[in-house]
This record gives sequence, C-alpha cells and structure tokens, in this order.
Amino acid sequence: MRTLLTNGHVIDPANGVNRVADLHIADGKIERLDFEGSGRRVGGDDEIIDATGLLVCPGLIDMHVHLREPGQSAKETIATGTRAAAAGGFTSVVCMPNTAPPADNASTIAWIKERAAREAVVNVFPTGAITKGLAGEELTPIGAMYHAGIVALTDDGHCVQNHEVMRRALEYARMFGLPALDHCQDYNLVGKGVMHEGYWSAVLGLPGWPSAGEEAIVMRDILLAELCQTPIHCQHLSSAGSVRLVREARARGVPITAEVCPHHIALTDESLRGFDTNFKMNPPLRAERDVEALIAGVADGTITILCSDHAPHCDYEKEVEFDCAPFGIVGLETELGLFLDILVHKKRAIDAAKLVEMFTLNPARLLRLDRGTLSPGAPADITLIDASLEWTVDKAAFASQSRNTPFHGMTLRGRAVRTIVAGKTIWALQ
Amino acid sequence: MTTWKRKDLLSMQELSADEITAVLDTSAAFKQVGSRQIKKVPALRGKTLVNFFVEPSTRTRISFELAAFRLSADVVNISPTTSSLTKGETLKDTARNLQALHADIIVLRHQSAGAAQFLAERLQSSIVNAGDGAHEHPTQALLDVFTIRERKGRIAGLHIVIIGDILFSRVARSNIWALLKLGARVTLAGPSTLVPRAFAEMGVAVSHSIDDILPAADVVNLLRIQHERQQKQFFPSLGEYVHLFGLTRKRAEILKPDCLIMHPGPINRGIEIDSEIADSPRSVILDQVTNGLAVRMAVLYLCAGGKKLG
Amino acid sequence: MLPPSSSVLILDGPAIERALRRIAHEIVERNPALQDLVLAGIPSRGVEIARRLISIIEQIGHARPEFGRIDVSMHRDDIRERLSPVEVSQLPLDLEGRTIILVDDVFFTGRTCRAAMDALMSFGRPRCVQLAVLVDRGHRELPIRPDYVGKNLPTSLKERVYVRLRGPDEADDSVWLSKP
Repeated sequence: MRTLLTNGHVIDPANGVNRVADLHIADGKIERLDFEGSGRRVGGDDEIIDATGLLVCPGLIDMHVHLREPGQSAKETIATGTRAAAAGGFTSVVCMPNTAPPADNASTIAWIKERAAREAVVNVFPTGAITKGLAGEELTPIGAMYHAGIVALTDDGHCVQNHEVMRRALEYARMFGLPALDHCQDYNLVGKGVMHEGYWSAVLGLPGWPSAGEEAIVMRDILLAELCQTPIHCQHLSSAGSVRLVREARARGVPITAEVCPHHIALTDESLRGFDTNFKMNPPLRAERDVEALIAGVADGTITILCSDHAPHCDYEKEVEFDCAPFGIVGLETELGLFLDILVHKKRAIDAAKLVEMFTLNPARLLRLDRGTLSPGAPADITLIDASLEWTVDKAAFASQSRNTPFHGMTLRGRAVRTIVAGKTIWALQ
Repeated sequence: MTTWKRKDLLSMQELSADEITAVLDTSAAFKQVGSRQIKKVPALRGKTLVNFFVEPSTRTRISFELAAFRLSADVVNISPTTSSLTKGETLKDTARNLQALHADIIVLRHQSAGAAQFLAERLQSSIVNAGDGAHEHPTQALLDVFTIRERKGRIAGLHIVIIGDILFSRVARSNIWALLKLGARVTLAGPSTLVPRAFAEMGVAVSHSIDDILPAADVVNLLRIQHERQQKQFFPSLGEYVHLFGLTRKRAEILKPDCLIMHPGPINRGIEIDSEIADSPRSVILDQVTNGLAVRMAVLYLCAGGKKLG
Repeated sequence: MLPPSSSVLILDGPAIERALRRIAHEIVERNPALQDLVLAGIPSRGVEIARRLISIIEQIGHARPEFGRIDVSMHRDDIRERLSPVEVSQLPLDLEGRTIILVDDVFFTGRTCRAAMDALMSFGRPRCVQLAVLVDRGHRELPIRPDYVGKNLPTSLKERVYVRLRGPDEADDSVWLSKP
C-alpha cells in the first residue's frame, strides 16, 4: 500500500523542514519527502491525497488525556476517546492512570494495552501511577509497569504530598529512564478550593484555590529534579508564578518541563460568575495576568508542550451544585483549534511550526516515543491541518462520549482536516 | 407598572438600585399589614410555596413561613431529614419533583454557593434564595437596609461598618452590594484571616482596627462568629477575638449617640457584642426580625408577579 | 400615558368640578354625622378625588371628614396578569362605628372595589361602607353598585376611559374616551 500526499506545506520540526513538498508513504511507514516533485507521480500509488493549502505534520501527540478505562466507561472508553482524538487531529494519546481501579500495577497496564490494540483508532501510550492507589504513600511496582509498557509515571488528579516519597520515586524511576508527570497541588494550601482564589472567589463565596497551592509543588519539583536528576514535567501550569519558577529553573539547566492546556489561556476566573460547572477545572481558571504569563511562557520556550487534559464527565455528574461537581472538561476535539486561534492567530505568540513542535517533537522526546517525526522509516502518523479554516464548536457533533465543554458555540480559526495513523486515514473532516 | 420584573430573587449583586428601592417601598406597605386587626391579605391565595431548606435554619424558615401565611399562600416545609436528598437524590431531581407538584415559589436554603441560580435556570417556579453557601442571602440584606432606612431616613452617604467573619458570610456579601448600590460607604472589619484583601476590590474599605473606625460609623452590623468552625484556623482564641473585635461596653462609648447596632442573629452574647449593648436603645436587632417578615412578604409578592426573564 | 389623539373629551375641568360638588352635596345629605365619615381614596387618582371631595364637603357642611387611602394591590386576584405596586394604606386606627366612603375615578368591573372592601375589612369593622366614583362606565362583573356617580358613561368593552387630574397627572382636569 502506497500513499502520496501532494503539494502540502510540510512541517517536520525534528528534521527542520518547513516548506511545500510531497510526502510518500509505503506500508505504513514514511518513505521519503520530495521537494522537487510538486505532485509528480512515480507510479504505483494506491492513494493520492491533494494537500494543497494544508499543513502536513507528524501526527500530533496529546500527552495528557483521561480515557476513563478501566472502570468509568459511562464517561469515556478507549474506543470513544481515541475517536475523539482522531477527530481532533491526534494520532497518539498518553492516558492517565486515575482509572477505577487505578493503573498502578503491570496487569492493569497490560489490560489497557490489550484493550487499546482491539478498540483504539490512535496509538495509546499508558502511564503508571507513582504510588499505590494514587494515595501518595507506597511506591507502585515501577519496574514491572515499565516492562508492561508505560511511558511515564504520574499520580495525575492527585499529588504526592510527602516529599520523601516523591524523591524515592524519582530516584527509582531514573533506572528506567521514566520521567515523572506531576499534577502540582499542595493539599494543605488548596484545602477544599474549587476556583482561583481572588476577587471572583470573594464575590461568589466559593472556596479559593490559591496560586501558591500550585507554585509550592512546582518549587518542590524543581528542587527534587535537581537533586535526583530525573526529568519532571509539570502538568497543566495555571499561574504566573509557576511560569516564573520553571523559567528560572530551566535557565539553570534543571531537567524540568511544563505544559499548558487551552482552557487556561482561553478563559479566566470571571467565567465562573454564572456558577456553570463546565468552567470548573483543576487547577482552576485564573486571572488575566496569569493568562498573559502563560502565553509569554509559551512564546519564550518556558512551556514546551501543549495538551488538553481531556477529562470527560457525564452530564448528570456535572449538572449538580457547583462545589459537588467534578473538575475538568473534554478537550481533544477543541484544543488544536483553540491553540491555533489564540497562540498563532490572535496573540501571535508562536508560529504554526512551533505549535507543531510542541505537539510532536517535544512530547516524543520527553517520553522517548518513536513518533513525532516524518523521518524516513518512522511510522506514518500524519495530521493534515487547515490553519485558517473557521469553524464553530458543536458539542453535539463530538466523537467523545461526554459533552462537558465550555466552548460550545465558539468560532475558532484552524483545525485538523485529516488524521492518518500508520499510513491509513482514520478520520477526515466531512 | 413597577420596576420589578423578575421571577426570582437570587442575589443582591444582580439587582439595580431601582429594584432594591422597589422592594423596600413594597416592604413598607406590607409592614403595615402586621398592624391590622386581620394580619393577612389574599395576594397569594391559591399559590403554593415550598420552604426547601437543605441546610437547616429555623429563624429564616419561620420568617418565610409566616410571610407566606400572611399572603394566604399554602406552605410546605422540606428539611434535610424529610427530603430525599439524604437518600442520594440530586438537587435537580428533588427540584423537578417540586415543580411537578406545581410549587409556585421555592424558597431555597442550601450549603452550596450558586444552588439558587442552579434551580432558577432549570425550573419555571419562582426561586427565592434564602442563603446559598457563602455566596448571598439577599432577603437578610434587604431587611437590614430596610431597617436602616426606616431609622435613618436614607442610605446614601451613611457609613456602615460590618464586623466579623466576612470570608464565610453570605450576609456580608449581600449587604455589601445592597449598601454600595444605594450609595452608602462600607467598611469591613475583622481578623485579616477572615477579611481577605480581595474584598477591597468590590469598592469597600477594609480595616483591622475597629477602634479607629467606630467613631465615624452610622451603623455597626455585627456578624456571628462561628467559633466551633473557625477558632483554630482563623484566629487563636475567642478571648483574643473579643479583645480585638468585640463590641464591648467600653467600645460602645466611642460610637456616635445615634449609631445603630445590628446583628443578623443568633447572637453570641459576650462575644460579638456585650449583652447590655445588644439590649440597649441603639440596638435594632429585634426591629430586624420584625422587618424581615415585611421584606419577605414583599419579595414573595413581587416574585410571584414577576415573569421569567429571557 | 396620554390619551390617544382620536379621543373624545367627555368632561372638562368645570364639568368635573360640578360633578364633584354634586357628589359632595349628596354625601352631606345622606350622612348627617360628618365627623364619623372617612373618605378613603383608592390609588392613584381616587386619592386625589377623595382629597377634593373632603375640601368641598368642609365648605358646604362646615365639618371635615377624615381622609384615608386604601391599598388594593395586595387584595387583588390577578397578580399573574398585572403586578401593581403596593402602597401604604392610611386609615383611622379604629373603624368601629365609622362610615367609610371608598372613592375611585372610574368604576368598571367592580373587582377593584371588591378588593378595596376586602382590604378595608382587614383593618376593622366599619358601620357602613359606601362608594363614590367620578365615572361609571358599566360592564359590571360583580354585584356591586356605586352610591354616588359623577357621570354615567355608556361604553363598549373595547373603548378606554382616561382620567387626567391636576396633581397626580400634571395635566388639566379632563376625562376622555378613546374609540378602538
């Protein structure tokens, strides 16, 4: 099986490519880029896709996704979650271990891999819990999970509060080259907080989740990354202070990285004034100055990875009193549009090539994945993007099983139009 | 006809000064009903009011109940122990059941901020917020403002000091909005742990030294200190609270002679306020209770006649 | 709200003055004990008419009946159709043995009068209640009849009667009938 993608604008940050070219795919692998051809047929192609006017990129990787299996299939399944990923332009997702039961042992990891092999339409890379039951106390069988195929350790949704436990986990993980992904939340400072602590929490009478509750753990992670020399990746940064801490640490060469989610740069805490639980996130939506700092952090390379924190919840779970509602929103099908619209078009913080790098090369390097590149011989995971197509978010059309989004009805500029995994088109815009 | 068009009363923040004044004027008319031989009018005859108190409160519930009786409405009381909420039914389902029984007005007291708005967005019935978490308690603010206006003849230009636990107080938030909209000057006072700086952004002053601000106050509103919950985390001891923020007999001497002393109740005598100050002629604490009835009659009357917005 | 330009003038200032004088004479004639009398106006224009009747009666009868104001909004049965602003009522503390004359501008279905009687009874038990109106336009829906009428005005249900009074309306005294 041979496929030819003609006349697209190829962006392959791993090889420094950023120009119009033809891309040849053979037997599920990248064969070669042809800069001279401009649609010239070598002959024998089974499929020719005209990519004129489109960006042709390595398949995007979302390294922060909750697929909810095992155990929470009312919210999402590996089947529906990976279809949502495909519709969002993603060819790989990294799934978080806070399932029921948690992915804190090798057999659950094996179950996820086996399930994904049968049900998933995109690549699924599981992560394993740092501590048993995500309880923050005892280390999980990290070695066994590594051999079962995890790509990172994380207690996402929870945070190891005991610095000694975290330190030993990091030191142990170094043996396997596994990075730690940390959901940075100091339980004592955050308490029962459900929204950013500031003017709007004062007005709404909702318990505040102060920025310091995130920054304290970011600081801790910097110290431990430096001490153990194990890479730590701070998940979903939300505050200006966190950006400053990571920037300073990276300047000193500390092995620390950070990601940002679209909602933290698209929305502020004022959105909560109507008590709509689709604006309830953890970490919370913060103030305008935090949004600006996050965008500046993307622009100057402090934040190197973009992701969704795709967190599906059933309508009936979200349609409750504000402080009883679960945190989080679905994101796979809106994130590329939001990031293109805000970071590339509106704020001009980065160009499209940088955005592609943050979705491909950077997560692939951190997690040591054989993805995120169009090098000859690499798996032919490819995303086609129309960076200037205007479209309107319609949650009714989501492939995800859940509909919990605050972006319904929003008009965005830019989206994926075709998703190719191992040389095969698994989704295309109708 | 009137400036009031709402079917719900959810917060003071959303009301305009004209709407607040409409409630106060209507309250004055309903207050007079209490002095008639027959203390009952047929305005809400045939209407059903549900007092839905998920968080228990005897005083507010009785005030609404009596207000409804005086308007000839039929009243059903639902408390946490009698509701299905304890059996795992969601707020939404319980409320839909109330609507299916044709409740015209639902008075909701709930421990979650935003609960009243949650119901108002989903039900045809009128929703009156009788306190939602630490968010708002609009009828308390209306009765406080009514009481001040009755005694002082105006709100604009007065200096009102609110002392105590502001952070967790829905009464404080509703009072702040009502007073600011009507042109008063508001100062919040209390331990810095319970009066965060963010409140200043609402347009009020914040002080931690009440001896400096009491001499200029036209009204002092004391909020209840819930020491069982707050003592350990937010201030070291009740003794220290009284020392720094209690309205003691000695402190009362620096107040203006005509300064009004208010408290939403129930009072902790000897903590927020010395017993004899609470019973002094400057205290309007019992007027607040009487006026609460009139204000709640007005609110029920206006909301029953209001239309769903939008 | 101004009467539409197509309206027909029914009563001008002098005609209203004459009508009120006639009503005042009839009141004095029927109620010798003027000191027991209360003229209670129904807001908003009934209040102004009650005030005027009281000053005419004082001139011709040499005694001043007491003034009253009675809010009917909270006694109405149509809160869902129209939300009227409620006003403070003003009545003597003790109604026992008193004669109350309810005063309104236009008498129509009788429902306002019923609400006023209902409101009145909640204040006490007067000896007798009478009704004085400036215009009776017919179309009664209740078995109520006025005791004193300034002008009987046959109307169709589609027509509207506008009363304008110096004071509450900042206009010259006049009564208009608008055709549909």
